[in-house]
Amino acid sequence: MSLKIENLQARIGEREILKGLTIEIKPGEVHAIMGPNGSGKSTLSKVLCGHEDYEVTGGSATLDGEDLLSLSIDQRSRAGLFLAFQYPHEIPGVTNANFLRAALKARKPDGEDVDAIAFYRQMYARMDQLEMDRSFTGRNVNEGFSGGEKKRNEILQLMMLEPKYAILDETDSGLDIDALKIVSRGVNAMRSAERGFLVITHYQRLLNYIQPDIVHVLMDGRIVKTGDRSLALKLEEKGYDWVKDEALPAAA
Amino acid sequence: MSAELETPDLSDIKIDSVGDFTFPENNVYDAGYGLSEKTIDYICDVKGDPEWIRDFRKKALKVFNEKPMPTHWATKDLENIHFDEFRYYLAGDRKPKKSWDDVPEEVKKTFERLGIPEQERKFLAGVEAQYDSEAAYSNIKAAVAEQGVIFVNSTEGLHKHPEIFKKWFGKVIPTGDNKFSALNSAVFSGGSFIYVPPGVKVKHPLQAYFRINSEQFGQFERTLIIADEGAEVMYMEGCTAPKFDTATLHSAVVELVALKGAKIQYVTVQNWSSNVFNLVTKRGVAHEEAEIRWIDCNIGSRLTMKYPGVVMKGRKARGEVISIALANNGQHQDTGAKMIHAADETTSNVISKSISIGEGRSTYRGLVHIPKHLKGCKNNTECDALLINPKSRTDTYPAISVRGSQHSTQHEASVSQVSAEQIFYLMQRGLSEGEAMSLSVNGFINDLAKEFPMEYSVELKRLIDLEMEGSVG
Ligand SMILES: Nc1ncnc2c1ncn2[C@@H]1O[C@H](COP(=O)(O)OP(=O)(O)O)[C@@H](O)[C@H]1O
Ligand SMILES: [Mg+2]
Repeated sequence: MSLKIENLQARIGEREILKGLTIEIKPGEVHAIMGPNGSGKSTLSKVLCGHEDYEVTGGSATLDGEDLLSLSIDQRSRAGLFLAFQYPHEIPGVTNANFLRAALKARKPDGEDVDAIAFYRQMYARMDQLEMDRSFTGRNVNEGFSGGEKKRNEILQLMMLEPKYAILDETDSGLDIDALKIVSRGVNAMRSAERGFLVITHYQRLLNYIQPDIVHVLMDGRIVKTGDRSLALKLEEKGYDWVKDEALPAAA
Repeated sequence: MSAELETPDLSDIKIDSVGDFTFPENNVYDAGYGLSEKTIDYICDVKGDPEWIRDFRKKALKVFNEKPMPTHWATKDLENIHFDEFRYYLAGDRKPKKSWDDVPEEVKKTFERLGIPEQERKFLAGVEAQYDSEAAYSNIKAAVAEQGVIFVNSTEGLHKHPEIFKKWFGKVIPTGDNKFSALNSAVFSGGSFIYVPPGVKVKHPLQAYFRINSEQFGQFERTLIIADEGAEVMYMEGCTAPKFDTATLHSAVVELVALKGAKIQYVTVQNWSSNVFNLVTKRGVAHEEAEIRWIDCNIGSRLTMKYPGVVMKGRKARGEVISIALANNGQHQDTGAKMIHAADETTSNVISKSISIGEGRSTYRGLVHIPKHLKGCKNNTECDALLINPKSRTDTYPAISVRGSQHSTQHEASVSQVSAEQIFYLMQRGLSEGEAMSLSVNGFINDLAKEFPMEYSVELKRLIDLEMEGSVG
């Protein structure tokens, strides 16, 4: 049982972005991926979710033994993979509540609907945890939301869909410290022995609140270093250059 | 022969979409194929029409024959209508029933399947259910009738209320307005006649349902609604037909008259099968401070041409057209609005949203006319088109003739596509591509869908989901 990524290679157009990336996330674990801008963090998250712009050119990815790469985008989601987007999309005319209901309904057998009362009870409880105003249920998904509200909304979806593996792509960007704490509390509430997390971030700040078991450094499409939390602190202090210097001779 | 008369069980009928089922014909009255003076005499004799109507019809036939097809501006597909291949009047028992129990079994089953008796129980003030050329069922709730509201089919209106009928009939839309209004004027049958007395506000909607059952047939209902001073009424119509290999023709004329301070809302949810030519003329006259709203949803048909209009004849009259059109493969929705300002301080609003799927085509034609001598008129026009596939098509032909400088007009148009990133986002949450598309399309029209009564907006969503199924990939 794990989200297992082995030697994954992917490109967009002619451009290689992931150049042989290996990580295994077991249920109960929180992994962090740190890396400079442009190193391929978002690409990894989108490739795992099946975004059509990217072509996988080598390697494999499995979710609890099932070949992820042969599944469609929605099948991957229903298999238990969730991505909290770095830039969540706006859905004009579709309310948050309707969207969540549709997503939950998609997980039910054909023709079976979501129990409306249980749904609202659950949603309100989760929104309270995220200190989201109830009016958000009736607002169109992400439309007119501030950066921070969008990120909270992503975590609300995570909490409602209860995936086996969740990828958080720079969930901290655009959040002030209070929002960061609230969002982290939401994520921490979802940590469990049955669920794995991959937390992508540029800054170590987030990792003070969502404490990872393992930290990876991604550079130029590869994991160049793996360690424990102290690695994140070291990156914060020294920047990425020293890793690059260490990694380069090895890669050469 | 006996097999013909047997009523099949609904479970035996193959149903591909909402209205795609048919029962064997059980006609007592059949005007036969083609259209001539003889056809008109047949219809008049069967219906017992007065002489002035016989003359009216025959004059209309001449106008119809003289007028060319409007292919100089409209689609050439009109040339594929072969008028001699249709039947112009088909009816079983000609007398509409006041109880569903008295309605012939297959007709009753048809409307039950379409949910009409249930809707009637739930939220309607009255229902008329037309089957081919005549109403099979017609009933108005006693409380509404007691207020003096008249709600009958057009024949009954003509026979029993000639003093009101004659005054307004053919006045809003003259016979020669266009080729199809002339056709309707020649052979009209069925449709509603409604009169709401001064100050009476009908709380619940009145509804008509137009069902075509027979092949190679034309349905030509004629509706006339008069809201007297300060009266208010909402009328809703739905329609379906089975899908035949041959063409079906539907050509209605709807005239609305809102007298001083009156309000009429006319709601249509059309779901024709893809062999129907739907060529409809709809117009209302709004007197001083009166309001007419057309809320129109066009789904299905091979070709729909429909441009609901409001003539704002009295000071401070208001006109509105809210329309949703959905064109799937092999369909052309040619819709729009006509706003004729004919008095000071009149206001009109047009909001149109169209969706083209596959090789579907939607066209918006708007006309806004404000003459120079008027003061303080306002028009707002918005038309947004959503294209689902690269082959989908949309065209916009706004014609705005605004003279004089004392008016305010605003016009916005947009064409968009559902973005790939939006679909990715929705699918990442577990929705299939079709579901993601459906949700996006429903989102696109959401603000307009709210204008429909609740029961209709639920239906609308269901129809859109059906249309979106299999439209992607
Ligand atoms: N759609 C795209 N077309 C071309 N290049 C892209 C596209 N998306 C990302 N890239 C490139 O791929 C590299 C990795 O991008 P990304 O995965 O977004 O990095 P990160 O999330 O680590 O900042 C960058 O150099 C970026 O410019
Ligand atoms: Mg990124």
